[in-house]
Amino acid sequence: MSSLSAPVHRTVVRLGVRSVFGRWRGVLLFALPVVLLALAVLVRVLVGQDRLAAESTLYGLGLVVITPLVALLATSGLLAPEIDDGSIAYLLATPVPRWQIVTSKLVVALGCVVAFAAVPMLVAGLVLRSDDPTLALGFGLGALAGGAAYCAVFAWLSVLTRHAIVIGLIYLLIWEGLLGGLLSGIRWLSIGRWSAELVDRIGGVFLVDDLPVAYAVVALVVVTALATWRTGVRLRAFNLTGDE
Amino acid sequence: MSSIVVDHASRWFRNVVALNDVSMTIGPGVTGLLGPNGAGKSTLIALMSGFLAPSSGSVTLDGEPLWRNEQVYRRLGLVPEREALFDHLTGRQFVVACGELHGLPDPGAAAQRAIATIEMTEAQDRSISTYSKGMRQRIKMASALVHDPAVLLLDEPFNGMDPRQRLHLMELLRTMGAEGRTVLFSSHILEEVEQVARHIEVVVAGRHAASGDFGAIRRLMTDRPNRFVIRSGSDRTLASVLLADASVRGVRLRPEGGLEVEASDFGRFSEVLPRLAREHAVRLHEVTPTDESLESVFSYLVSS
Repeated sequence: MSSLSAPVHRTVVRLGVRSVFGRWRGVLLFALPVVLLALAVLVRVLVGQDRLAAESTLYGLGLVVITPLVALLATSGLLAPEIDDGSIAYLLATPVPRWQIVTSKLVVALGCVVAFAAVPMLVAGLVLRSDDPTLALGFGLGALAGGAAYCAVFAWLSVLTRHAIVIGLIYLLIWEGLLGGLLSGIRWLSIGRWSAELVDRIGGVFLVDDLPVAYAVVALVVVTALATWRTGVRLRAFNLTGDE
Repeated sequence: MSSIVVDHASRWFRNVVALNDVSMTIGPGVTGLLGPNGAGKSTLIALMSGFLAPSSGSVTLDGEPLWRNEQVYRRLGLVPEREALFDHLTGRQFVVACGELHGLPDPGAAAQRAIATIEMTEAQDRSISTYSKGMRQRIKMASALVHDPAVLLLDEPFNGMDPRQRLHLMELLRTMGAEGRTVLFSSHILEEVEQVARHIEVVVAGRHAASGDFGAIRRLMTDRPNRFVIRSGSDRTLASVLLADASVRGVRLRPEGGLEVEASDFGRFSEVLPRLAREHAVRLHEVTPTDESLESVFSYLVSS
């Protein structure tokens, strides 16, 4: 049974891709990077190659808004609707290991992060600062790592509660956005700040104060792995009629 | 030959008891799970299909627990009640995907076989979003049959089907039962169940109310005391002659006119009433059963 020991199940991936793009949410996924690229071109045309303008565009729009939104849209399109309408039963009433369903879904979400956040960030970085490709690379990799952690956490939320999108948005807006701006201590508990620290290190910029890069990397890896594992555990004990 | 054993299983959701100390064995052949809406049929099917853990007791398939055991799905097919499917796929794509998820060596061929069994070959290349309720039900069936399971569980499979589709599904279930598969389907309609099932399990208000062959269940249900409201030309005359008959347990004159009659033997009462009325020249204006609802039938079963 080679297909059972593979890290992902091809069929689950294929069904996942179709369910992400089979809904109107899929259109939003295309719109977000277009906004980023359009703004990058605009800034480059109006301001020219400017370090501050490039950083605030890539950080303020790309890393803080586009990356988590892409992760949220992709993940919530993958799990939450199937759980809501019960069609996840057709995936679960099979001998496919539950962790494999989770990793397959997350691979699709991660593919969305690469296509609609990380690569657009890289391209936007190159548009804004064609003289400094490491900046673009830093933001691209930061978006990838942060996006992966967001996907895993949002997937976990999707199997825990029907209000995953709302809670995800509250986390992003209130915790990372509002409180993150007021209380510097939140940097220790914020996926956005961890990925920003990664950008600092690779891209040679200065987005976050006083956060060891080793901590940021370990935190991103631990959160991604933990959330993935817990999602699998939760899916293994899935109640089909729990809401009746 | 596989069987599902429910052993003193209870399930509660917080402080609501959905299923109360149910024990039953579902063996090869077709079993009907009968009960009014909200009786716990879906909860029981969820327990039997590994989608719910019993709060106490156990549910096993051939001795293996069903909860947190995805290997049981190699032998078990489930047709859920809910309508939702992968609407963006065609019927064939959906069933092939199910075959792949089951790790079948040739999912394409298995899907064709399952789709042919439920007679959906013509519509198989249409998008599921264009399917009627009955077609959805059938494609759900195909997805549950694609791996040729020994056990098939169906939650309210006849809902939304037209009479022709209903007959076809009944025939299909009978055939599968005759092949030695363990087939269990739920329904809240006695007539539906007794046309297909050799064996009937009745669940009412979370309890296992009755179990047996359909003849026995049918008798239990029709031999209960029946209540009628009768309007006649002469209520008092009719009351006195009815009370003299053994099939009548009680008669009450209603203040607003008419009689309330409780009959203990429905068959005999329905024969006696017109005869007595004719003999005593009482004109019957109206005879209305007052507790023919399924719920009252079921609650009688529980109390007996």
